[in-house]
Amino acid sequence: MTSMTMIQALNSALDNMMARDPNVMTFGEDVGYFGGVFRVTEHLQEKYGARRCFDAPINEGGITATAIGMAVYGLRPVVEIQFADYMYPGYDQLVSEAARIRYRSAGDFTVPMTVRMPYGGGIYGGQTHSQSPEALFTHVAGLKTVIPSTPYDAKGLLISAIEDDDPVIFLEPKRIYNGPFDGRRDRPVTPWSKHAASEVPEDHYRIPLGQAKVLREGADLTILAYGTMVHVALAAAEESGIDAEVIDLRTLVPVDIEAITKSVAKTGRCVVVHEATRTSGYGAELSALVQEHCFYHLEAPIERVTGYDTPYPHALEWEYFPTPQRLIKAMRRVMEA
Amino acid sequence: MSPSRTNALSLHVPMPRARPGDKPDFSGWSFPEPGATPRPDVDASGAELRDYAYGLIRVLDMDGNALGPWAPHLSPDTLRRGLKYMVLTRAFDERMHRAQRQGKTSFYMQCLGEEAIAVAQALALSPDDMCFPSYRQQGLLIAREYPLVDMMNQIYSNAADPLKGRQLPIMYSSKQAGFFTISGNLATQVPQAVGWAMASAYAGDVRIAATWLGEGSTAEGDFHSAMTFASVYRAPVIINVVNNQWAISSFQGIAGGENTTFAARGVGYGIPPLRVDGNDFLAVYAVTQWAVERARSNLGPTLIEHFSYRGGPHSTSDDPARYRPADEGRSWPLGDPIERLKRHLISLGEWSEDQHKAAQEEAAETVRAAGREAEKVGTLSDNAHPRESMFDDVYKELPWHLRAQRAEQDQ
Repeated sequence: MTSMTMIQALNSALDNMMARDPNVMTFGEDVGYFGGVFRVTEHLQEKYGARRCFDAPINEGGITATAIGMAVYGLRPVVEIQFADYMYPGYDQLVSEAARIRYRSAGDFTVPMTVRMPYGGGIYGGQTHSQSPEALFTHVAGLKTVIPSTPYDAKGLLISAIEDDDPVIFLEPKRIYNGPFDGRRDRPVTPWSKHAASEVPEDHYRIPLGQAKVLREGADLTILAYGTMVHVALAAAEESGIDAEVIDLRTLVPVDIEAITKSVAKTGRCVVVHEATRTSGYGAELSALVQEHCFYHLEAPIERVTGYDTPYPHALEWEYFPTPQRLIKAMRRVMEA
Repeated sequence: MSPSRTNALSLHVPMPRARPGDKPDFSGWSFPEPGATPRPDVDASGAELRDYAYGLIRVLDMDGNALGPWAPHLSPDTLRRGLKYMVLTRAFDERMHRAQRQGKTSFYMQCLGEEAIAVAQALALSPDDMCFPSYRQQGLLIAREYPLVDMMNQIYSNAADPLKGRQLPIMYSSKQAGFFTISGNLATQVPQAVGWAMASAYAGDVRIAATWLGEGSTAEGDFHSAMTFASVYRAPVIINVVNNQWAISSFQGIAGGENTTFAARGVGYGIPPLRVDGNDFLAVYAVTQWAVERARSNLGPTLIEHFSYRGGPHSTSDDPARYRPADEGRSWPLGDPIERLKRHLISLGEWSEDQHKAAQEEAAETVRAAGREAEKVGTLSDNAHPRESMFDDVYKELPWHLRAQRAEQDQ
C-alpha cells in the first residue's frame, strides 16, 4: 500500500493496465510528453514509448472517433478529454457511434474504450472548465458512466472501466484530485495522505462497475451523492446532527438500485445532491427511481440540492457550488416535512 | 472612405446550372485526355502531387481502349470478374428498388452509375482490408461475395436478418466481410477508419483501412478530423470521396465544389490528392492500387475523389425529377461504367454482346433466386425477430434496468 492522490491512483491504474495488456494505450491533448494538464498520464510515454502514449490534435471529435476505430480493431484505448466541457465536439461520436455500434451490428463490432474527463467546479475555472455534464451521458443507451470519489475507488474503477467490453465514460472530479474538498472553503483541504482511502495497492485490483458504497451509515435520511459531492455530503452529515446515511453511487449507469432501495426503505427520507444544473439532471433520474422503488417507505418529499440552471458563473462560483450549508438546509426541510 | 465601405455586400448562394425543365449543361468542363496523366512514384510527397487534385486520371477512352501509364494491365479474367460484379450489383439494385415499391421493405438506395467505384476498389484491396463504407458501396459486399440473401434479409428486417431488424435497410454490417456497420449519420465512419488504420499500424498488422463518403458530407467536421489525424499519424488509410454531383437535392456546389475540387481538400493536409474518373473501372482500380501500395509501405493516407454521377434518386424517398433535369444522367460526359468496361473487354476480344446479355440474365436469375429465399423467411413486419431481442446488445450484459424494461413488455 502506498498513499496516493487521486491523480497518482489514476496514473497507477493506467500503468498497471499498460503493463498487463499490450492493447491498452492512451492519447489525448497534452497527454504524451507532458503527461496531461493534470498529470494523470505522467511518465507513461517515458515508460511505454510514444506509440502507446501520445499527444493528439485539438479535436475531440477526432480523438473520440479514432479511439472508436481502434477499439473496433481490438485495442482498448483510453482517451483523455482535457476537460469534460470540451467533449461536445465529439458528442455525436459518443452518442450515435460508440454507444450503438454493438447494437447496430448485433454484437459483431464492439467498442471497449474508456473516455476519461476531468469534470466539475470549485476551481475558478469559469464556464468552460467547471461543468458537470454527466446527465448528457447517462441519458445515452449503450454508455456506462462512472464517477469515483477517492483515490482507492478511482484506481479500481478505472481498471474495471478499461477492462469493460463496452464504452465507459469516466468522469474525474478534478476538485478532489489532490484532496477530499468538502465544500467548506473556510478550512484548509486535508491532503489525501491523511485520508484512509488514499491507501492504494500498487498492483492491479478492480472495483466492479454498478456497485455503490455506503460511506456513512445512518438511520434518519439517505443522501445520494457522487464525485466531489460525496465529501460535501459527509461534511453535511457531520455538521447537521442529523443521522444521515451517505451513499456514494460510484457508477451512474448502471446504477446500484439495490443499495439505493435498501437505504431509503430504512430511512424513509432522501436528498439527492449534484453539482450539475438541476433541470433534467441526473438527480431527476435518482428522484424518480426512489419514488418508483420506495414510494411507500417515503415520509417526506425527495429534495434535490444542485447547481442552479445557469451557466457556470465564474465570480459567483461559491454561490453556485452546492455547499454543506445548502445541503443541511435541505436535510432539515426533509426531516421536518 | 475606401470602396469596400461604399459597396453594399451581397450574399452568394451557389445554384446548379440546370434545374427541372432545363437542358442538362456540362459545357465548360474540360477533362484531361485518357492516358494523359503521368503516374507518380508512390513515395511522392503530398506537395509534389498537388496538381493531381485539379486534374482527372483517366485510362479508358470512350471506344474502350486502355491508355497511358495508369493502365493497370489486369488479366481478362479479372476484368470479367469486375464486370460481372458490376452487372450483379445493378441487377440487385433493380430488384430491391422494386421490392421497396412493392411494399416489401421501407427503404432502399441504389448505386446506379457508381458501380465501378466499390467493385474496382474491392478488387484492388485485399479481401481482409477493412472497409468503412457509406451507404452506396454495396458493390464492396457483392465483390467480396457476401451472400446476396443475407443482404436481402437485412433489407427485409426478417427473422434471418443478421442485424436483428435494428438497422434501416441497406445499413449492412459484416466483420467477416471486413465491412463496418454503416451509420446513418454522415462521415462519422471516416475518422473511425483512420483510428482503425492507426490501430493496425500500432499492432504491426499488414491490413489497411479504406473509407467512403459523399462529396456532400465532406462538409462535416468529422471529415476534417479524419484528414487531420490521418495526416498527423500517417495512417494506412484510403479516404474516398465519391463525388456523384448530388447530395439529395443539393448540387456539389453547396458542399464547396464551385470554388475548387474535393480532391483539393487533401492539399492543405499534405495528403496525396488523386482525382479520378469514377466511371472508369480501370482508372479507379489503378488509383486504388497506387494508394494501397503507399499505405502498405508506411507512407500514409491517400485522398481519392471519384468523379461520377448519381444515376438514380438519392433513395426511394425522393424523386430527382423535382430538383434536376430528368435526362441529366444520360448526358453525363463520362458515360456508364458498365458499358465502358464491356466495350473494353469486347475490344480486347475477351467478351461479346451475347456474353454480356447472358451475364445480365444470369445476374438477374441469381438475384431472383436469392430474393425467393429471403422472402420465404419474411419481409418487413412479417416474421421479424422476437420483441425481447430489442434489449440485446445494448451492452454486453443486460443491466438490471433493461431486464426490468424487458419484463415490463409482458405485464
